[in-house]
Amino acid sequence: MSVATPRLLIGIEVHLQLKTRTKCFSSSPVSFGADPNTLLDPTSAGLPGALPVLNREAVRQGIRTGLALGCRIAAITKWDRKSYFYPDLPKGYQISQFDQPLCVEGAVEIEGDDGQLKRVRIRRAHLEEDTGRSTHDVGGSKSRVDLNRAGTPLLEIVSEPDLASAEEAVRYLEALREIVAYVGTSDGNMQEGNLRCEPNVNLVYANGDRTPIVEVKNINSVQAVRMAIEFEAQRQAEAYEARGETADNTPRSTRGFDDVRQVTVHQRSKESADDYRYFPEPDLPPLRIPVSYVEDLRATLPELPRVKRQRYVDGLGLSAYDAGVLTADPVLATWYEAALAGPKGQRDPKAVATWVSTELLRYVNDERLALGDVALTPEGLGELVDLLDEGTITRRTAQELFREVVKSGASPAALVAERGLARVQDTGAVEAAAAAAIEANAAAWADWVGGNEKAKGRLFGAVMKALAGQGDPAVVAQVLERLVGEARGA
Amino acid sequence: MSDPLDLPVAEQAARVRDAADPLTARALVDASLARIAAHNEALNAFLHVAPERARAAADRVDADVAAGRDPGPLAGVPLAVKDNLEVEGLPLTCGSRILGTWKPLRTATSVARAEAAGAVVVGKTNLDEFAMGSSTENSAFGPSRNPYDVERVPGGSSGGSAAAVAAGLVPLALGSDTGGSIRQPAAFCGIVGFKPTYGRVSRSGLVAFASSLDQVGPFARSVADARRLQAVLEGPDPLDATSRAFVTPGSAATPVPRGLEGLRIGRVAEMTTERRVVGTEGVDRVEGLRAQLDAAGATAVDVALPAIAEAIAIYYVIAPAEASSNLARFDGVRYGHRAEADSLERLYAKTRAEGFGAEVKRRILLGTFALSAGYADAFYKRARGAQVALGQAFAEAFERCDVLVSATTPTAAFRLGEKTGDPLAMYRSDVLTVAANLAGLPAVSIPAGFNEQGLPLGLQVQGPVGADALVFDVAEALERQLATCRYVAPEEAA
Repeated sequence: MSVATPRLLIGIEVHLQLKTRTKCFSSSPVSFGADPNTLLDPTSAGLPGALPVLNREAVRQGIRTGLALGCRIAAITKWDRKSYFYPDLPKGYQISQFDQPLCVEGAVEIEGDDGQLKRVRIRRAHLEEDTGRSTHDVGGSKSRVDLNRAGTPLLEIVSEPDLASAEEAVRYLEALREIVAYVGTSDGNMQEGNLRCEPNVNLVYANGDRTPIVEVKNINSVQAVRMAIEFEAQRQAEAYEARGETADNTPRSTRGFDDVRQVTVHQRSKESADDYRYFPEPDLPPLRIPVSYVEDLRATLPELPRVKRQRYVDGLGLSAYDAGVLTADPVLATWYEAALAGPKGQRDPKAVATWVSTELLRYVNDERLALGDVALTPEGLGELVDLLDEGTITRRTAQELFREVVKSGASPAALVAERGLARVQDTGAVEAAAAAAIEANAAAWADWVGGNEKAKGRLFGAVMKALAGQGDPAVVAQVLERLVGEARGA
Repeated sequence: MSDPLDLPVAEQAARVRDAADPLTARALVDASLARIAAHNEALNAFLHVAPERARAAADRVDADVAAGRDPGPLAGVPLAVKDNLEVEGLPLTCGSRILGTWKPLRTATSVARAEAAGAVVVGKTNLDEFAMGSSTENSAFGPSRNPYDVERVPGGSSGGSAAAVAAGLVPLALGSDTGGSIRQPAAFCGIVGFKPTYGRVSRSGLVAFASSLDQVGPFARSVADARRLQAVLEGPDPLDATSRAFVTPGSAATPVPRGLEGLRIGRVAEMTTERRVVGTEGVDRVEGLRAQLDAAGATAVDVALPAIAEAIAIYYVIAPAEASSNLARFDGVRYGHRAEADSLERLYAKTRAEGFGAEVKRRILLGTFALSAGYADAFYKRARGAQVALGQAFAEAFERCDVLVSATTPTAAFRLGEKTGDPLAMYRSDVLTVAANLAGLPAVSIPAGFNEQGLPLGLQVQGPVGADALVFDVAEALERQLATCRYVAPEEAA
């Protein structure tokens, strides 16, 4: 049996909760953390006689997400019932989409393991309703069902098996999360369960052998994705090498990831494949989606993270690192772009980028704040940058001002005017200060006049001190040089 | 002087709305409750009578009139409601044990609209369990009886509503029709029963049997009465995505008092020579009336609709398939009957084994099978394809004629127990009615006189999708032209 290193094939199914005010097919609010069974209505509780009615906002958010994933949007889409019995599935079927999904054939670009750009193809993305949640007492005496989540709109995003490593899988999920954060269609938070993923993993050997595909469930963090895939790659290779397990002799299976032991555990074989008895949902008419509607949504889609990053590098001249930092969070990128836009045209992108990515982020991180809670506005930072750029204040003043206005939100320009912080360029003032400094440091002055250039620093410092740090160093130096020249010549 | 309860609904409502007239809603409702008390034991038409709720509602109608507010076009008219429609505060059984003591939290849109028009709900009527059946013998609470012969079935599944109207217990009732469940019992009980175009009436609050076929509709003693109720039921409902507005006029459209002159009345060979069913007295009866229609100026048009021969087969795949899914929610987890069990799987199995009757189980099995992997293509998908073809065949037929006239049922009401041992014979008794549901057509059954044993027979008028007003117009014309097309009370018929 060949023991050549196999290729890892990973496809990922992502269940993304879409941000809507109400459920996918009824009027109960969607929210996280409410008391159990308080967000219910006859439809989401599966009461007799209650019918589903489509929440158009779920379709809109689904389409926007699909467009951001480069998908084609179906002209006609329809709903299907997927049947199985479970206590957290109130109707005994889930309203999903079987053969006419809302979105098909998209792609997410990630950095491949070889450092090159890699297109991870999206096979389809369809809308469906979430189930409720079941919790089971330890010991198994009681189970509880909370139907608050039942009916929350989900977009199930199915990738092709284009991912070749756990690292690529993680980068794919991060890219996906970044994209949905940009279009604002989901919180994409794995811990809160609004982004859930199920990798499908198997190995392909050089001789054509393939290990059976394993679907891994119960994954609650990016770290778990990485560990589960690495564990599966190892486990499948061992099963192949030790027992010759291939897709030809072993059925596909579902395994659950055990967070504590960091292993995957067999749940069930797909030999006895679930029969979901899909059929068209008779309570919901098929939906026709006009091209103009899709194009309107496409036109109002925000710039996506990869495009923005490229523009920051190519158009603004930022380093790839700065571009990455500034675009990691759409709120930060928006903040940066607002600070960049000055009344007299665009400010220096690099200068603004440095302020945002170093000073502002340091403050936000130190204080554990959200960007939205910072008092300083992008306009305020812009003013500060302008004051520095125009030479009105020194860098030292700018940094002191930043530390103040980031907390107070006051206008830097107003503070400069109010406190007379503008740096001193007036040669008269500098000359007066220089005269005083010479008088107070007569010995040093004499040294310097006598040719000891080292004594210059002491006088320079004395003048700057007298000007309270606001002296323009160039002007001070120039005045002192002239005075010493005059003294030597006299 | 005739009892006000037997007056036409328009007259009842007009008199209740007239503050100067001594007839009150309360008087009508009390009269109805008294008749129910006197006759329901023999008929088992009502599963639940709600005297207090009814009297309170009647008093509100009378108070409105006294205060100068118009209670609406059905002011004070007693209404029976099939017990698969939700009425807030009243039990909802669907003729099944599985719902236990469940009381719905709201009222079905159709019922609410009738109440908003002044109708007063007096109780919930018997039905085949979850509307699956043609006789009410599948009710968990015993069969209803036909007022013309209590040894015979009233038809089904809305048998309780039909029996209640035929016996004069109420002037109006609501039913639901998935394959003939309004029209067939109307025919068996000698009254009018109307199934609207699919989507005319909201299904919100109707416990679903086969969602793509179910429609709520009225029972009454005359076409005008049925139309008056239907007019307030219909219209789009935000709670039902399959309800919709139509460009064609609704039932409320002013009736066109027309004769039959120039009307092209289609006759479908496949609905007249159906020889595979036992008994053709219903067909013969309607065939015998055709000469009178021609004499009244109608143009007889022979229409070929061979696809109708497949209607029963299509229906008994699609309806059970949808039912198997619709009834999955009755699992003992959230409401209704729950069996004692030591595992989840046992809980489901035992709850459903105890809660559902034999016919419901049969259809859940049929439907589950028809949707299962490996069989869905041969059954469900093929049936859907044939259903689409049937709809197209109807559309083509309606290019050649205005309406189709046929018998409603092959025979008059059969005896209790006569068909319970032979489900296929029971299914075949729907042969003339299921096609309208598969094609979504409006259809009405009106009385067509009596057979030799004095049992009522029905005449069915079917129109194109959306032509509900035309179907009513034609039914009224037939009712006017043909002496036999009128309601005759059981005691007078006997």
